[in-house]
This record gives sequence, C-alpha cells and structure tokens, in this order.
Amino acid sequence: MEATAPLADVLAVNGAEKSFGAVRALAGVDFFVRPGECVGLVGHNGAGKSTLVNIITGGARPDAGKVLVDGRDETASYGIATARANGLRCVFQELSLCPNLTVTENARITHRSISGFGWRVRAEALIRQKLDEVFPGHGIDSRAMIATLSIAERQMVEIATAFSESDRKVRLVVLDEPTSSLDASLARQLLAYVRKFVASGGSVVIISHILGEILSTADRVVVMKDGRVVADRSAADFTVDSLVAAMGSVVRARDAALAAHDYTGVRPVLKRSSQGAIDFVAYPGEIVGLAGLGGHGQTDMLVSLYLAEGGDWISRKDGKVAFVAGDRHVDGNLPLWSILKNLTLTVLPDLTRMGLVHTGEEANVAKKWRDRIEVRTQNLDNPILSLSGGNQQKVLFARALATRAPVVLMDDPMRGVDIGTKQEVYAILRSEAAKGRTFVWYSTEMEEVCQCDRVYVFREGTIVAELRGADTTEENILSASFSERAA
Amino acid sequence: MRAILAKPWVWSFFAAGGVWLVTIMFTGGASTLGLSQAALTFAAFSIIVGLGQMFVITLGPGNVDLSIPATMTLAGTAALKVMDTSDGMVLAGIAVALAVGITIGVFNYALIKLLRIPPIIATLSSSFIVQSAAIWYNRGIRIKPPDVLSQFATASTFGVPNVAIVALVISALAWVILEKGIYGRWVSAIGQNMRAARLAGVPVDGTRFATYVLCAVLAALAGFLLSCFSGGAALNMGAEYLLTSIAVVVIGGTAVAGGFANVPGIWGASLFLFLVVSMLNTYGASAGVRMLFTGVIIIGVVVAASRKPAA
Repeated sequence: MEATAPLADVLAVNGAEKSFGAVRALAGVDFFVRPGECVGLVGHNGAGKSTLVNIITGGARPDAGKVLVDGRDETASYGIATARANGLRCVFQELSLCPNLTVTENARITHRSISGFGWRVRAEALIRQKLDEVFPGHGIDSRAMIATLSIAERQMVEIATAFSESDRKVRLVVLDEPTSSLDASLARQLLAYVRKFVASGGSVVIISHILGEILSTADRVVVMKDGRVVADRSAADFTVDSLVAAMGSVVRARDAALAAHDYTGVRPVLKRSSQGAIDFVAYPGEIVGLAGLGGHGQTDMLVSLYLAEGGDWISRKDGKVAFVAGDRHVDGNLPLWSILKNLTLTVLPDLTRMGLVHTGEEANVAKKWRDRIEVRTQNLDNPILSLSGGNQQKVLFARALATRAPVVLMDDPMRGVDIGTKQEVYAILRSEAAKGRTFVWYSTEMEEVCQCDRVYVFREGTIVAELRGADTTEENILSASFSERAA
Repeated sequence: MRAILAKPWVWSFFAAGGVWLVTIMFTGGASTLGLSQAALTFAAFSIIVGLGQMFVITLGPGNVDLSIPATMTLAGTAALKVMDTSDGMVLAGIAVALAVGITIGVFNYALIKLLRIPPIIATLSSSFIVQSAAIWYNRGIRIKPPDVLSQFATASTFGVPNVAIVALVISALAWVILEKGIYGRWVSAIGQNMRAARLAGVPVDGTRFATYVLCAVLAALAGFLLSCFSGGAALNMGAEYLLTSIAVVVIGGTAVAGGFANVPGIWGASLFLFLVVSMLNTYGASAGVRMLFTGVIIIGVVVAASRKPAA
C-alpha cells in the first residue's frame, strides 16, 4: 500500500474462501500483517474472524485463495507445523493448556527443542522470565498445576508461553480475545507488552470485543462482516462509534413498525431479578429477545428459568415452560430414538393414561407437527440422526410447540437452519404469539433479534440494556454489547 | 424372519439353545426334562434381579446397583425371621421383604443424590451396611421357611417350576412399563442424554429414584424366593448375583452405555449362563474353569455388542 514498506508481509492471505457445509464462513478475504505492526481484527459473532485465524495458524485450509509467508507462496504445504516453523504463535479463546500438568510442563509442550537432561530447569527459567517480563509481579508459581490456577492466571501463562522463545524467534502472535479474563491492570500490562514487542519488530494480530483496547493498541484495524473484510484502515481513523457502525449492517426496514406495547397492569408470565440493574420480565403473547455476544450468560439464564419451574421429581402435566435447545447434540437430541419419540417426549404426559402411553394419539400428534413444521421425512419411525441438522432442529421446535406450555424458551435454535425454514418458523412463532404464547428467544443473529417485541442485551452474565419497539436496532444492540472500557 | 433376527435379544436365545443341545447330546438325552427344569428354576432368580439391574443400567453411564447381593440376603433373612416357620405369617414375610427393598432403594438414592456419591460407590458402600445389618439380625441362626412357601418354591405347575412362573409374571410387567409406559420412555431418555431429557421435561430425579427403588425391591423379592427355595437364608446367598445381574443385562442385548433396554434378552442370557455352567459340570470341569469360561463369555459378548450399531 505504502511505498515506505520495503519488507515483505510476515503473513498474507489472498482471496481466502472457506465454507462449512452450506455456511460460507469466508467469502474471499485479503488480509496481511507487516513486520512491526499490530493489527486489530474486529467483527460480530460469525463474521469469520475465527475461521480467518484458523487459516493463518494452519488449523484449516482455505477452499480457495493463497497463504503467503514473507512473500513466498506456501499455500500447498501450509499447516500448523509450517506456521510454527515460521515463528507464528496463537493464543486461543478456548484456553489450550493441559490442566493436569504444571506451568513448566505446559511450556515444554510448545518448546520441543527443550529436551534431554535438565529440561525442567530450562523450561522453568524460560517461562518464569517471560511471565516476569509480560506481567511484572504476577505471583504465579511455575511449578503449580494448571488446574489450581485461576482463569486469569491460566490466560497469563498461555500468553507468556506464546511469546517465549527457545530455538526460533517469535515473529507473529495472534491473540484471540486475550483480555477477556484479565482485569484492567493485567490487560494494561499485556497491551503495554504488545506495544513493546511490536516496537522491537514483532507482529501481533489482536482480536477483541473491547473496542477501546483495539483502538489504543493496534496500528491498523480490519473489520469483518459476513465473511468479508468491510474496512481496513489506520486505527487513528476510527472512533468507537465509527467502528461499531462499520461492524453493523445497514439497519433493515422492519416488516411492520412494532409499537412498544404498554404492559402496565398486565401480570408477567415470567419474572427474574438479576444481579444487574435490569430485571427480566416477560408478558403474555410477547416475543422477548436475548441479545449480546455469544456466551455472555444468555443460555445460562434460559436454563435457570427453565429449571426454576421445577419438575425434577414429578412431571408437570401443566408445565409452564418448554425449552428449545440450540446445541442439539448436548441439550436436545436423544440419538438412539426415532423422530417420533424425539418429537413427543415433552408432550408425553398429555398422551398417557394410567402410566401407559397412548401410541395412536402419539402418532397423530407427531404427524400433525411434521406437517405443520414440514419435517422432511417419509417415515417418522426413522432414527432422528437420519435427518439433516436443520430438520433435527425442527423436531426440537415441534417438541416444545406441541405442548400446552404458555412460555417457550429458545436457546439460539436457528443454528444451521436454512433461510427457507427460518421464514417458516418465524411465521409459526408470530401466529403462536398472537394466540397468547410467550417466547423468550436468545439469538446471535441480528435479523432474528430484530423480530422481537422487546430485547434484553447481555454482557458478562448480566442484562445491561433493555430495548423496546423502535429502539430495537442493530446499532443499539451492538453498542450495548461492547464494553467501551478504556485499556 | 429378518425382523426377528435383527432383534438384539435373539442371539442370547440361540446361544442358550445351542448349549442346551450340546449338553443333552452329551448325556444321551437322559436328562432333558431335569436339565430344562433346573435351568428355568435357577434362571428365574437371575431374571428377577437382572430386570432391576437392567432398568438401573439403562439410566446411563455410571449407573449400576452393587447392593443387590446384600439386599437379597437381608430381605431373605428378615422375612424368614419374621415368619418364624409359621404358615400364617406368609403375607407378613412378603411385606417385610418388600419393605427391606424399598428402604434400601430409598437409602441408595439418598446417598447418590444428597451426598452426590457416584452410584457405583454409593451402592457398594450401602451394601456393606446392609450386609452387616443382615449379620447382626441373623446372628448365624438358620431359620427354615414356612412349609407352604418351601413347597411352593420347589414345586412345578404343569411341569414349569413355580419360581419361573413368578419370574415370567414380573417380566411381563417389566416389559409393559418399559415398552408401553411413560416410565420406560423416561428411563431410556435419561440414559441417552440426561441434560437433554431434563430440558425436555423429564422428571429426572423422580425417575432415577423410582428405578433404584424398583431394583432394590426386585432384589429383595429374589432374595425372599431364593431363601424359601433353598430352605433358609445364608449370609453369602446373594454373592454370585452381583456379577450375574450385570452379565445377564449385558448378554441380553441391553446397551451397556444406557438408553436402550430389552426384557426378553434377560431370559435368554439367564438360561444361557446357567446352561454353560451345567454343561461344564457335565464335562467334569473344575470350579476355576467354570468361572474362567463365564468371564470369557461376558467379555466376548460385550466386545461383540459394542461393534453392532445400536438398535
């Protein structure tokens, strides 16, 4: 770009494309990191950041496009080993230390060159020196087992391990949400170290949802959205607001102007006080959205709302809530069973006389919902796993909708569901809500959140904002989701 | 025919039938009736405890009841002592046996739930307590069962041993609640994915509790019948049923990992296990060889079953 950059890029990705099944994670991305540069990478959940990082670190191969190291085309042979051999390190969001080993032993895993007699002493010296350098006064015993460390201490060990050098020089470090579990002063220490590392000629890619620290640390900011790079400018050209605007899409025109309902005097069907300032309430016939970044406490809240209604010991024939799982393998499917048995499990008490299931009625209920929600199968006796993911999800929808429960909790249930099915389900939700059913809907997709009557935005386990009616816009949700804490 | 062959339980019947034939051929057909009756009689006890264990194992990985032997002993001992050889006390004896079962089942689940002990440890430790209670209560005195009961337990109706008829009735009830009842669905759902079952409205605690109680009650009933059959309760009378109760579940085609159970397989497996032992006996094999074979067979079946796709 600029004439003052005679050195080749440490790493560059040209026209990278990557699809997972029907989902297009990267749709032609150009990305590069120069020597002595810190690049901030931001974008909404599902924008493609993690996939891009995976391609950079060699964990995934692009379907199309090139990977260049120091200007050399390494696409054909690029993998985790090549990446490491070229001095590339990564600190992942999911901590990747072995909990049953000590700090020193974990450091040894990444440094294969430390071997033979006395490796423990050398590995210990290496990690301790780097911890002291990055986090002065850290107080971590390098002989302690990882499992005994706090989550912040683990993160510090992981970061120090990534920056430590034995046989090869570290040239590029990718930090994926490095400060998510560090407090403000530790985060400051890390970011100061990043600046120092960059000043000495190293390169860093930093991913963070805390936009303030991106702007203060990075030289250049790359914004991704829907698998593309939508902005790539010097950090000085951005403000927090302009960054948020760059991440969000154009605010869509709503189907119908949703007026904010007035629920004064109406009894809520569900209520829950939270530790934060804003309490959760849901009224009859309402579609309440739970928004915010993934994993900020929305699922926990839904599960605890569900469990709070009881039913551990005796089945609730007139249960108040039903649950639609999003992570269907963990929370939803019963893999040994047929579609029919999976579909009717929740409504089963209604089809039971004297403890015995009325199989004729059961088959009728299953057929009715198969037709209503269009589960694509000839035979409901086929195993649930014979269905595609989207159709399995429809079965889980039917499982909850077939009940008489006045409240349905939905845990981001549209993952892997194609657009046509989504439209069908939206229509069913609308018509059920019009009949007085309440839906509490956690979704990571803006389009879905914007379908809701009222939205609670989550951050770090608590509700930080409540948006209603015309205020339910992508921009408002985004700005509430991101903390603007200065680094 | 193919539909029948696809059932996971037919193989245990084939195996039992094969061993039966081999044994009959060895003895020249002389013992056909005697062997068949003995097989049905002794299999009946394995079937009754096996049914309880089957429901527990179906609850999923980690669920097993190791207190079955101790429960059998205590139930047999207590019932015989209460009845004190009097024919008039038969109903009271049955009530005592069932009460022992219910109490132990409640105690087991209380350990599992309240103290959060894994079932395998909870039931093992409760079995020590129960066994000690039996020793303390019995004090080594062997009391005979009332005549009417010992006659019932050793007699046959139309050539079929009475205990086998009792086992058949219990099996039929177990089949109905497993295949047709909502309880069977819940047990199977919990065994496949406990969290998913809970989020789908299955009363997980209630179902697991009922299952542990059911298992202990069936063990108590088996202990009661066995002590009447063998003319008195012995402190070690349940010992062999620890392994047997698990073996018949596994050989019978119930999924070891939980979520899928079947009742007919328990019959095939119980008959098979007894017939293997009597076959080895007729060949004059020593006790060590018999146990070795039993162990090898169980391992073989588990390996074979884990390669088949789940039904």
